[in-house]
Amino acid sequence: MAIKLENLTYTYNPGTPFEKKAMSDVNIHIPKGQFVGLIGHTGSGKSTLIQHLNGLIKPTSGNIYINGRNIHNKDEVSIKDVRQQVGLVFQYPEYQLFEMNIYKDVAFGPENMGLSKEEVKERVHKALSMVNIGEDMFDKSPFELSGGQKRRVAIAGVLAMEPEILILDEPTAGLDPKGREEILGQVSKMHEELGITVILVSHSMEDVAKYVDRLVVMKGGKVELDGIPREIFNHIEELEDMGLAAPQIRYIMEELSAKGMDVKKDILTVEEAADIIASYLKKGGIRSDS
Amino acid sequence: MIRDITIGQYYPTNSYIHRLDPRVKILSTFAYIISLFLIDNYIGYLIVALFIYTITKVAKIPLKFILKGLKAIFIIVLFTVILNVFMAPGETILYEFGKVKVTLEGIKLAIRMVSRLVLLIIGSSLMTLTTSPIELTDGIESLLKPFSKIGVPAHEIAMMMSISLRFIPILLEETDKIMKAQMARGADFESGGIIKRAKALIPILVPLFISAFRRADELAMAMEARCYRGGENRTRMKELRYESKDYIALSIMAILVVVTILI
Repeated sequence: MAIKLENLTYTYNPGTPFEKKAMSDVNIHIPKGQFVGLIGHTGSGKSTLIQHLNGLIKPTSGNIYINGRNIHNKDEVSIKDVRQQVGLVFQYPEYQLFEMNIYKDVAFGPENMGLSKEEVKERVHKALSMVNIGEDMFDKSPFELSGGQKRRVAIAGVLAMEPEILILDEPTAGLDPKGREEILGQVSKMHEELGITVILVSHSMEDVAKYVDRLVVMKGGKVELDGIPREIFNHIEELEDMGLAAPQIRYIMEELSAKGMDVKKDILTVEEAADIIASYLKKGGIRSDS
Repeated sequence: MIRDITIGQYYPTNSYIHRLDPRVKILSTFAYIISLFLIDNYIGYLIVALFIYTITKVAKIPLKFILKGLKAIFIIVLFTVILNVFMAPGETILYEFGKVKVTLEGIKLAIRMVSRLVLLIIGSSLMTLTTSPIELTDGIESLLKPFSKIGVPAHEIAMMMSISLRFIPILLEETDKIMKAQMARGADFESGGIIKRAKALIPILVPLFISAFRRADELAMAMEARCYRGGENRTRMKELRYESKDYIALSIMAILVVVTILI
């Protein structure tokens, strides 16, 4: 399930005094099964971009191809199919819960797809077990749950449509460390087990460093950097100019090497750093990777 | 759609009218409405129409913008015309078919009613076009203050007004967000009969209500956290004060009222 964006441009309120260019000339190609991180400062066009991917916003100019089919060409594919194939989880998705109980809320998507009762049931069970919500909770009102549970139910509502591409807009915003870990861990597991394409919008450099295969950095509606995380985080100064940063552990390694420890700097996670420092110390100050 | 309604939208130009004290504008609007109802001949309407045209020019508001706002009341105007032309009792029959009679008096009455209605709408929308919502509520609060002795909650009324005005754009944005989220889950708001469409609104309305209550709750807390306890002993950063231009405006209004009474 590949995504291809061609010269995508979007202008809010064109032809009025409030005209604002949110995105200009964006070209991205995402192959099937990739885990992509999308980062950028507030107002850099990330949310506008992801809303294009399932046809909620129509581009001012440019084309969007999902699996080689232009999503705004009715002869090639219907918008309903696009929205089923591309699951979009908005920021604070728990605010869209509305049903009497959890089961019904998660069933909303599959029911809109016109599936049979048995299929809906099967999908709801599957989706809720993916986000670790037990069957004993199915009859509870979504409004009785804790913040993290609500969020997981809302994500299950999208998963139940069994999308081949899953887009999450800051799924961990406002959650505690345990909640963050749970949600991202489950997303990563799904990515591995089901082989779905995932696009993760995040403000946490630690999160993207840990999970994604590829990082797209946006600035002022344009793609500024695009590559593997290890590489992208070498552009620390550019990132800082954009109001972003590298993962904190990266700064520690910079400091250590500035103080004379000859260690590898382009690392991504705390675990990786710990291993490198430990082996450096064991070998009595000799760099292990060279 | 909702954005097309221009009645009552603030149109900033910083003209003489915009800089007037909001209380003057509120009182003038009342005086204007009263004088409209005192007029009983065409010359009076003509004078008022010229007056309102001059105000529009002074306020630097494009006439087009005001006329666009009138579109929203077109149906009411049409209804008034039909009702008056065909229903008004009268002697001089111009046209008759069956039981329906068109009389000269009916037509005259219709003309008067329509001019009154249109002038009324333009006049009162001029107030909101030239006064920002915050100034307006400040003005209302200040005008209602004397009545607080007899139990009118002046400050509370004004505060409720400004909060509701503030919430309109927020709720519009929220609706848009929820609609998109439900559309991403395959909801369809555009097809089907009236019952199906009404049902399709539930996934929007429930979250919208919940979020409105949540926001109201949070706002109340935030206000209390900043020691809000109603209007008592509250001071203002911008005190309303009458200046010479306000007295001039009030005198002009007084002259208009006297003229309309005399004619």
